[in-house]
Amino acid sequence: MLAIRNLSIAFPGPAGPARVVDDVSVAVGRGESLGIVGESGSGKSMLSLATIGLLPGSARTSGEILLDGKDILRLRERELCSLRGRRIGMIFQEPMTALNPAMTAGQQIAEGIRLHRTVGRSEARAEALRLLDRVRIPDPARRIDSYPHEMSGGQRQRVGIAIALALKPDLLIADEPTTALDVTVQKEILDILDELVADLGLSLILISHDLGVIARSTDRTLVMCRGRAVEEGPTETVLRHPSAQYTRDLIAALPRRARAGLGDEARHAAGGAR
Amino acid sequence: MTALAKVSGASFRLRRPGRAALLVGGILTAVLVGVALLSLVWTPEDPARMRILQKLKGPLVSGLLGTDHLGRDVASMLMRGAFNSLTTAFAAVGLGAVLGTLAGVAAAARAGFDAVLMRICDALFALPPILSAIMLGALLGPGALTAIVAIGVFMIPVFARVTRGAAMQIWARDYIMAARMAGKGTARITLEHVLPNIAGQVIVQVTIQLAMAILTEAGLSFLGLGLPPPAPTWGRMLAESQTYMLQAPHLALAPGLAIAAAVLGLNLLGDGLAARLDPRRRQAS
Amino acid sequence: MTAPLLAIENLTRDYTLRAKGATRHLRAVDGVSLAVEPGSIFAVVGESGCGKSTLARIVMALDRPTGGTVRLGGDDLFALSPKALARKRRDFQMVFQDPYGSLNPRHSVGRIVAEPLHLLDDAPRGRDRQSLVARALEDVGLPAQAAERYPHEFSGGQRQRIAIARALITNPKLVVADEAVSALDLSIQAQILRLILSLRDRHGLTVLFITHNIGVVDEVADRVGVMQAGRLVETGTVREVLDHPREDYTRTLLAAEPTLAVLGRRRRRA
Repeated sequence: MLAIRNLSIAFPGPAGPARVVDDVSVAVGRGESLGIVGESGSGKSMLSLATIGLLPGSARTSGEILLDGKDILRLRERELCSLRGRRIGMIFQEPMTALNPAMTAGQQIAEGIRLHRTVGRSEARAEALRLLDRVRIPDPARRIDSYPHEMSGGQRQRVGIAIALALKPDLLIADEPTTALDVTVQKEILDILDELVADLGLSLILISHDLGVIARSTDRTLVMCRGRAVEEGPTETVLRHPSAQYTRDLIAALPRRARAGLGDEARHAAGGAR
Repeated sequence: MTALAKVSGASFRLRRPGRAALLVGGILTAVLVGVALLSLVWTPEDPARMRILQKLKGPLVSGLLGTDHLGRDVASMLMRGAFNSLTTAFAAVGLGAVLGTLAGVAAAARAGFDAVLMRICDALFALPPILSAIMLGALLGPGALTAIVAIGVFMIPVFARVTRGAAMQIWARDYIMAARMAGKGTARITLEHVLPNIAGQVIVQVTIQLAMAILTEAGLSFLGLGLPPPAPTWGRMLAESQTYMLQAPHLALAPGLAIAAAVLGLNLLGDGLAARLDPRRRQAS
Repeated sequence: MTAPLLAIENLTRDYTLRAKGATRHLRAVDGVSLAVEPGSIFAVVGESGCGKSTLARIVMALDRPTGGTVRLGGDDLFALSPKALARKRRDFQMVFQDPYGSLNPRHSVGRIVAEPLHLLDDAPRGRDRQSLVARALEDVGLPAQAAERYPHEFSGGQRQRIAIARALITNPKLVVADEAVSALDLSIQAQILRLILSLRDRHGLTVLFITHNIGVVDEVADRVGVMQAGRLVETGTVREVLDHPREDYTRTLLAAEPTLAVLGRRRRRA
């Protein structure tokens, strides 16, 4: 579905080009969820921006990002626009800034539907209502006419997901979607994302600094550090039998409660890294 | 920080915004100030000396920029005019910046002052400088003081609003909380923490308002409400040139272009400084 | 049982909100009582809007309660005269969440760390002050030369160390840490937690640790109070509360915490 091959991203800097992503290759299959984990400055967000063609103009790229065989890096802006939304949906960290404060939830979802498909106003609204129900917003019939500031952070993130879903994309990219939320709300949002992958057969790229989040929600995991892919593989293998020292350090840095429950072997390996 | 903020931060840092504006604005402003200062010690001719026989000569025929209807040397008048315009503008902006900044930081520090001060500012804002200059002119007679007070008073609310907004953002920072934990009072926190952190924004505002003040001063002189004759000002040169517009267009062009260049230079300098001092650029990590 | 250093009794804080003409009353803190032993770390854990930050502000005497008392070493903070409170402030300091917003970018690190010395009448000057700052910086694992540099030259974790050095310079008895590690990368977070524990062991520091992260509570605290909607719903030792929670809300919170106990999406759904 999506294959990133030898991707490098660099920005011109005073001391020559600064590489923020360095020769990363990774693939996501249909109905599969990929976790990208790393600390700040690891390049994980740049990778996701490159995938939806939203890198800043000064970025220099090499390698390729193939979506069903087409290289996103070589597409023109017009082609990218139809790609974003229709093929790839994006979910942001702070739904408050990603939503338009002057439009109701329903209007924002319907806007996307009507932009890409020829449907009537009432049909779009019915679709918006269905989507709000799908992301399990309590009382969707009332919430459809609410403005972002009238909603809680968790509800806004649900609206954000509904907007991304409105265009029926094949791939969802969620960049730290729950970092700004409380743990109980985080769990609900992650449950919804799990469901979408399972029920709709969507592919998901979930970017997070939190190994616990990655562990519960993804099939495969890519560990990044300073722009480089440190380790990639099935989530269970990466966490239980990490091959890279950096992965072991990341696991060791987790609070012991979060680490508990890993197999003895992995705990031993992680403990040995301290 | 969201991913998008990170990106804009990165491109901000890398594009080095406002460098050209800063350079061009800085040079134009430096030339302007240099010429104004030079006029105190040297001008090609005495700007007040009239040589009726030499009147309305074109540029390079008599002097660099020709002569006016009284035979005065236009280049010399323009130089001395730069000094007169700049001192008036600096004094007016100084008045507005000092009083306005004081009002702004006081309003940000004390919610009680805030409502009162902002209403006073609204009232001051309703007094355009031309109008107050006419009223003040009636009281004090036209002159430098009238122009300075009229323009300066109008600037107070401008500075008060900018500093109030900036100061309120600083007051919301945790380091202010830490200073309160250190037992520091409002005045001391304003002095040590708030003012240094809004200084950049005030400086930027000063350059922008200097351009405004030069323009307004020219307007007041044009109406005869600025410095009294024979002191040359750009505004009066423009006013006097009207009668000879067709015979001697250089009389209007010279002060007109000087005003335009000064305003452009100061605006560019302000824009350049604004980009340079943008906290988002500095904090991009 | 020794006398508690910090004793909060029946603390309440109401806010009056005026929106669209109607006034609404909000009880941010609702009848909270807790006691913190000297030399122990007490964590208050809860989700956003539960009132834990308001509680921290009141304990730091940056805000006044609507009702109840806060006693520090036996003195009721809100019964003290402003002058006596100012004198008392040397005994309690605070570490904030955002290491970028809590240090004035225009001040040198030395000046930042020395700021609370303003509270002391007999504050050292000149060379003595410099060596005091140097010792405070070394105490948190930074070189003494850091004093001459500026905040932007330091990473988030180093900045948080600077903030801790500032909080400790007056030798306070109590430090309130409000989400002090939440903004940091995990590896840095672990380092700062170890620093806090070692400072407690070396100086007998008492810490009120405000956080939303149960994993952090488990790492650092002796006792914990779970806060929900302004109330302390459950208090006890960390082992009691985390291993044998009595309240439903505590159980919900514990269950929502992402851990490595669940690996892989398919596996769990199967």
